[in-house]
Amino acid sequence: MNYIPVTEKDKEEMLKKSGVADIDELLALQIPENLRAKKLNIPEGISEQSLLKLFSSYADKNRANLICFRGAGIYDHFIPSVVDEIIGRSEFWTAYTPYQAEASQGTLQAIFEYQSMICELTGLDTSNASLYDGATAVAEAVLLALRVSKKNKVIISSALNPEYIKVVKTYTSKLENIELIEIDIDEKTGSILKETLTSKITEDVAAVVVQSPNFFGIVEDMDLLSQITKQNNSLFISVVNLASLGILQAPGQYNADIAVGEGQVFGNSMYMGGSTFGFMAVKKALEWKMPGRIVGKTVDKNGKEGFVLTLQSREQHIRREKATSNICTNAALNSFAGCVYMAYLGKTGIENLSKINISKARYAFDLVSKIDGFSPVFKNALFFNEFVVKTTKDVKKLEEKLLENNILGPLPLEQINKKYKNCLMFAVTEKRTKQEIDNLVEILKQI
Amino acid sequence: MNIPNNLFYAKTHEWAKKEGDKILVGITDYAQHEITDIVHVELPEVGKKFQKAQACAVVESVKSAFDIYCPVSGTVVEINEELLSSPELINQDPYGKGFFFTVKPDNEEDLKDLMNDVDYKKTIQG
Amino acid sequence: MEKILNEINSNRQEEIINCDVPLNYEIDKKYQRTSVINIPDLCESTLTRHFTALSRKNFALSNTFYPLGSCTMKYNPIVNEKIAKFSSFSNIHPYQPEETLQGCFEVMYELEKALCEISGMSAFTLQPAAGAHGEYTGLLIISNYFKAKGEKRTKIIVPDSAHGTNPASAALAGFEIISLKSEPDGTLSAQRLSEILTKDVAAIMMTVPNTLGIFEKQISEISEIMHKNGSLMYYDGANLNAVMGIVRPADIGFDVMHINLHKTFSTPHGGGGPGSGPVGVKEFLKDFLPAPRIIKAENKFKVDFGNEKYSIGQMKAFLGNFPVILKACAYVKALGGKGLKQASEQAVLNANYLLNLLKGKIKVATGKTCMHEFVLSSKGYLGQDVKTLDVAKRLLDYGYYAPTIYFPLIVEEAMMIEPTETESKQLLDEFANVLIKIIDESNNTPEVVKAAPVNTPVTRLNEVQAARKPKLRW
Repeated sequence: MNYIPVTEKDKEEMLKKSGVADIDELLALQIPENLRAKKLNIPEGISEQSLLKLFSSYADKNRANLICFRGAGIYDHFIPSVVDEIIGRSEFWTAYTPYQAEASQGTLQAIFEYQSMICELTGLDTSNASLYDGATAVAEAVLLALRVSKKNKVIISSALNPEYIKVVKTYTSKLENIELIEIDIDEKTGSILKETLTSKITEDVAAVVVQSPNFFGIVEDMDLLSQITKQNNSLFISVVNLASLGILQAPGQYNADIAVGEGQVFGNSMYMGGSTFGFMAVKKALEWKMPGRIVGKTVDKNGKEGFVLTLQSREQHIRREKATSNICTNAALNSFAGCVYMAYLGKTGIENLSKINISKARYAFDLVSKIDGFSPVFKNALFFNEFVVKTTKDVKKLEEKLLENNILGPLPLEQINKKYKNCLMFAVTEKRTKQEIDNLVEILKQI
Repeated sequence: MNIPNNLFYAKTHEWAKKEGDKILVGITDYAQHEITDIVHVELPEVGKKFQKAQACAVVESVKSAFDIYCPVSGTVVEINEELLSSPELINQDPYGKGFFFTVKPDNEEDLKDLMNDVDYKKTIQG
Repeated sequence: MEKILNEINSNRQEEIINCDVPLNYEIDKKYQRTSVINIPDLCESTLTRHFTALSRKNFALSNTFYPLGSCTMKYNPIVNEKIAKFSSFSNIHPYQPEETLQGCFEVMYELEKALCEISGMSAFTLQPAAGAHGEYTGLLIISNYFKAKGEKRTKIIVPDSAHGTNPASAALAGFEIISLKSEPDGTLSAQRLSEILTKDVAAIMMTVPNTLGIFEKQISEISEIMHKNGSLMYYDGANLNAVMGIVRPADIGFDVMHINLHKTFSTPHGGGGPGSGPVGVKEFLKDFLPAPRIIKAENKFKVDFGNEKYSIGQMKAFLGNFPVILKACAYVKALGGKGLKQASEQAVLNANYLLNLLKGKIKVATGKTCMHEFVLSSKGYLGQDVKTLDVAKRLLDYGYYAPTIYFPLIVEEAMMIEPTETESKQLLDEFANVLIKIIDESNNTPEVVKAAPVNTPVTRLNEVQAARKPKLRW
């Protein structure tokens, strides 16, 4: 296959116009002979038919479409058909970055609506057009806080998604004198206690980063933690789950300065964690310090309303080494899927989504807790989507038996953190039916 | 091109005005005209110290950003907060309402290293 | 203008999801959301109308030519989209046991193998999510390399013709940027480089061909000087489409590089992403790659965390933008070695052909020949007060997307044009005619060009107001 719409005759005419006899002569005008590469050791190209067959054979080597009870940052949520239909319009997926505003009003308005809906859900003033994923969004939030506060410490909950913590550490690794201080959750409640934060927070702390629901599914006392943080003149960065914001507090309610998180839960298939978008919303005072693209509403020469990329002087193509971030390409189409999803669900849909997710997880939790050999790790805690149980059963055997039944069982937490030996983390979204949950419980009972 | 004769000028197009024991700083009419519509400024923090010719503020148009250099060594004592919500004041009134900040100079002699209106006019015409 | 979403009245009755277990969502008041969500509940039909109307206001590659220099807007093959929609690729959780992910891992491994062959590098990480992300990754690798060697190197040399992400990424990685001035013909001089080269320079970031579309003739000398100084060479892969099967970055002196899959490897731009920016390194830098990566061991594919001591860490969660990687892999398999080389050759031919159609009518800053792109300067060719910006806007009226304008910074009134190999001779002829026509218009009826665009959904927008009085949400 090649996608070149030029015939041999065309080629001859083009070579002639370029003043050369063949392509090698053309290349030789630019490239010294001794720098030329040898033949590429890559097999011959194949037809479309063969290509589909080849990739089907790769796909068949996966076990996919499992009944998913695993989360840890990527979730199996229901995606309404309308999402793929709309993002599948070639005017959206083959479009370029909307620098020429007059030619990109569709993309720009969609981004504006996306930004607005993220603001609605988070209760904050301004959202950007998206970042790569939740992990880099947290990292960018930390960098933002360090930049504006000019302080050198950041307190970060150890109950953040471990992948996020790794990324934050990488992103701050080259900053001089910056200290990341991790604070732990309480073993019993699964959340951060007041004393833990007050004992570590000092006047040189730029920001406090807390995820809620945290990695273990536990909802943190954000009012309290934010209050302590704000009283200390530090920024409060909340890492949240969009699917929970129909019922749980909006970050604006507890006075967060920045809200970030992983948007995959809205409108994106799991794709092994590869179809993500990071969202970021901030208080108005931080608007000009934000990374990423931002779309604004304005008018054209004739007074007609339109949309345009704005506050661009923050960005790399203008500020170069002094930019608020180096980000250029972001996660546009993935965040557009999130946009269509939010637009379709609307207020009621998002509220229902949160309510159903809590109900389903509680239903599963109640049944699992009653199985012999399974006991909840965090008692009397409010959780969303996920809960952790300790088991006396063989964790590996459990996983295998469930896989035999086409079920991707709970996540063995030991592979994430050695402290959680024999612990399993279940994730239950609205997509898990009563039958699937009952079936899971039955199988667990018998192992 | 407006170049008042009671001000001092840096070759990087900042102006300085002595007011009592303090110095007011802004950018010239020529500068604002070259930059075109100013959409945003980053002002220094009150209390921050700068050396002469050190970058201390940023002026942004839609498509560009420019560093502003402190014309004298000293400490920032006041910033023109109006500019944060109305950066257009710099375009409209660069020597008055569009001033950037006030500095308490370490040494007033620094002013002697700046140009007068005649010499500044020569640099922009030349 | 199409209404903004929140101006549409709620009108939905449909049930999207349902709950077959008892509803049980009471929570303590203190955790409850009280702020209202002002998003309307819309019927699917209303929603579809809304977004369909928006789509029709977009130019897109599917309906327009994008001569954007430095972006490689080549055709996005549909079969790749089809493959990416297989549920056996999409309905996969990242924390599934490795034995159940062998298909995904093999795809990643195959792409990495191909990228190594094309570039000459020994290994790639597929984790970075975009070119700039890749640059940052590569610079962190360079930083860790010198740290491990015990050498304090704090500077990165960046040509004044470089893309803005280069210095931005270098600053993020903690380096000081030293600018290297280009020669009058737009290329870099080894001599000038040696004048600013010091022992604390960690690396130079370059793209070959450069942003004017010229192959850096002194690349061998530059490589020698840099390596003799103990410094490294970073290759910005944005222009890789000019050289596949023709020149290998590793062979001409580069130690580390990134590739833009959404440029060279045909994956769609999506209105600004998602992209993917794999980073490749020579063997001696392999330990510094971010973790985790896919490796092949005993005929199986595994997740490997590499060298924990030297690795720069992790650049984003999980393994990388898998659907983008998948599409790029399909592209490579479809074209094969011969097809990839043909793609680059045709990209170079298309650009030279277009250059020759335009020379004489406008200044070609690149010179007599080019590689896959070339830069024009409109200075002196346009009518009174008409600028490159106006020409770009007028092209929209003729149904073409504008080229990259005002970049590279070293050319005045620049217009950077990269046709790519997936455009026909007929289209190039038509485009050249239109561009020449607009140049004529600028001399005969300049006001028409200055008023452009007029055939688009909106005319020029007030960007000053947008920045001074930001309205960033409804």
